[in-house]
Amino acid sequence: MTEKIITIREALSSALREEMLRDERVFIMGEEVGVWGGTYAVTRGFLDEFGARRVRDTPISEMVIAGAAVGAAMAGLRPVAEIMTINFAFVAMDAIVNHMAKVRYMFNGQFTVPMVIRTTTGGGKQLAATHSHAPEVIFAHFPGMYVAVPGTAYDAKGMLKAAIRDDNPVLFVEHSTMLQRRSPVPVDDPDFLLPIGKSDIKRTGKDVTIVTYQKGLEWSTQAAEMLAQEGIEAEIIDLRWLRPLDLEPVFESVKKTNRAVIVEESLPMFNVGAEVAAQLQEQVFDYLDAPVKRVSAMDQPLPYAANIELMALPDAQKVVKAVKEVL
Amino acid sequence: MAETIQMPKLGFDMAEGTLVRWVKKVGDPINKGDVIAEIETDKATIEIETTASGTILKHLVNEGDVVPVGADIALVGEPGEAAEGAAPAARPAPEAASEPAPVEAPAATPAQPAVAVQVKAGDGRLPSGVKASPLARRIARDKGLDLSQIPGSGPGGRIVRRDVESFTPMQAPPAPPKAAPVPAAPPAAGPVAPPSFGPLPAGPDVEAVPTSKLRARIGRRMVEAKQQVPHFYVTTEMDVEALLNLRQQLNASLEEGAAKISVNDMIVKATALTLRKFPNLNSHFYGDQIVRHKRIHIGIAVALEDGLINVVARDADRTALGTMAAQNKDMVARAREGKVKPEDIEGATFTISNLGPYEVDQFIAIINPPEAGILAIGAAKQVPVVRPDGTIGVGWRMKVTISVDHRISDGAEAARFLQEMKKLIENPMSLLI
Repeated sequence: MTEKIITIREALSSALREEMLRDERVFIMGEEVGVWGGTYAVTRGFLDEFGARRVRDTPISEMVIAGAAVGAAMAGLRPVAEIMTINFAFVAMDAIVNHMAKVRYMFNGQFTVPMVIRTTTGGGKQLAATHSHAPEVIFAHFPGMYVAVPGTAYDAKGMLKAAIRDDNPVLFVEHSTMLQRRSPVPVDDPDFLLPIGKSDIKRTGKDVTIVTYQKGLEWSTQAAEMLAQEGIEAEIIDLRWLRPLDLEPVFESVKKTNRAVIVEESLPMFNVGAEVAAQLQEQVFDYLDAPVKRVSAMDQPLPYAANIELMALPDAQKVVKAVKEVL
Repeated sequence: MAETIQMPKLGFDMAEGTLVRWVKKVGDPINKGDVIAEIETDKATIEIETTASGTILKHLVNEGDVVPVGADIALVGEPGEAAEGAAPAARPAPEAASEPAPVEAPAATPAQPAVAVQVKAGDGRLPSGVKASPLARRIARDKGLDLSQIPGSGPGGRIVRRDVESFTPMQAPPAPPKAAPVPAAPPAAGPVAPPSFGPLPAGPDVEAVPTSKLRARIGRRMVEAKQQVPHFYVTTEMDVEALLNLRQQLNASLEEGAAKISVNDMIVKATALTLRKFPNLNSHFYGDQIVRHKRIHIGIAVALEDGLINVVARDADRTALGTMAAQNKDMVARAREGKVKPEDIEGATFTISNLGPYEVDQFIAIINPPEAGILAIGAAKQVPVVRPDGTIGVGWRMKVTISVDHRISDGAEAARFLQEMKKLIENPMSLLI
């Protein structure tokens, strides 16, 4: 198998293209996905290659995008809808939570909803409080749909292809500041799929377990490098999926390190760290040698000013500090 | 150069103490040996003597603070010297366990039996005031270590894995509780399970009083005893007329100011002499080992305002009645004032509880583990008796009940013990030999 170092943007783009070539029921809809080529240029060239019937620009209405996609999926198509940022998905909450996630259950399996909503998350670009949060954990609250949060090009490709082929609805969350990140990805395997709901050990270490995903993976990796200078070996587990949430490797890791820090960009109240910490004390209480520590954004609407926006977000230094607090 | 004074370890199982009162104020001159503060442990209130001379520069803890053993409590130096370098108060000193206690601790008294450190099976509960990580608790449980013995090096004195793994118990008798020749102690039976009777009653009709350290300790020990020690009881009646007469004669002949001999002193002596012949009952239970004590130290239960404490008559079988009377009187007085010395209360090999002064006919007492037994003494009373010649008359009688740990001894031995003791009590001149 040949691997090539490509960006997350290229990984997403190639995943979409391969799946559209493979299955003609797969189509794209969303704001500016066609003529403009996508807000983040993921679907550039798709309109020319696949035509306006399979690459559909929509009105600026997230409710319409999500609602129409649910209808199309129920009718037998496999839509990949795009919502520009997850902060706008709140407008479409009813279509996503009450319809996309529940139709199969409400109709006792007479309908499946094989669709993907792609969206972006994250702050740090001075887009202010209504555009900048990372609230994907809210969607992981509901059974009936999956929530994907890839942090590398490799994962982005294999997870998006798996999401499109799965018969369950998936909210596929991409980080808006990570699209240029590069990593080796298989390029000549049209069936390169990663399993749904499997976390991944991104770095091994014996002193502390860092549980994280997406942007947190970046901060944690930088922090692990700094800690390594001081002889502290951090193990990093990338959740990759918030639902299904795969914590078995986390439990195994904490049995070894006896310490856990959870790193994420979400706000602190009721976040991923809260869930992971709760499950850790349920499953491996007798292995914990220190309280479980969380690193997240500060509990406030994200500020506009660049300097204080960065202060409100986690970074590698904050991860290092948290790790030292549990050692 | 300022010196620090540390929280002394007063007794082997002391992990912390409450500084109840500063006797010396900041600025007071002190000499080595002066009493500078009073400490309340879960056993008693004890005075701390300073190990340094100079002037008190600073109190590092406040009255009422709970202070771990080894933590700095005061700075002493030259008058006017800056109280800098003041260590944070109530800091647990990990090295405290391996250092000799700065104040003369009972460890120095030869009477200290090797039983002072009890390696208790971890029961998953934390002794009051002890903080430990879940992992540290699990390791301690697996190793059978008592967390209250282990200094914590984590935040706020929390015991973490490294503390448990590096800890070696001192003088630990071989007592793997798992090897006990009895059914393993019921694991669910935590000795201090906090009762759950629903929400705490409140309002004008009730008053909630915090459980004192002493009550908590008594509660812990007694729950442990009643749950784990298979008690049996044997009662007999003794003729105490001769003993009462002898006591009267002895006290009448005492010099002015000498302590009067009490009935209890004579019972202590009789018990100690009897135990000489029953070494099995002067032993302590450690699972697969029963430790027989060659010296006989009798614990005497003393009622306090809010609890109970045992003072210890050392070598009671070898101490003359007059001497013992004086010693017991002093110890009981100190106990009632809350000022016992550590050696007053450590090291009992057997215990007596005497409710005779309260006109009690008879009662049964709970064993103080790991001791083999305890005697419950009733009141000496005038009662109708059948004399040896078959006639009925008036005599003095006292009922004595022994509680015995069935893991150590059986009914026949307990009965023979009472029989032997009865002989001594009824022929009390032998107590004087």
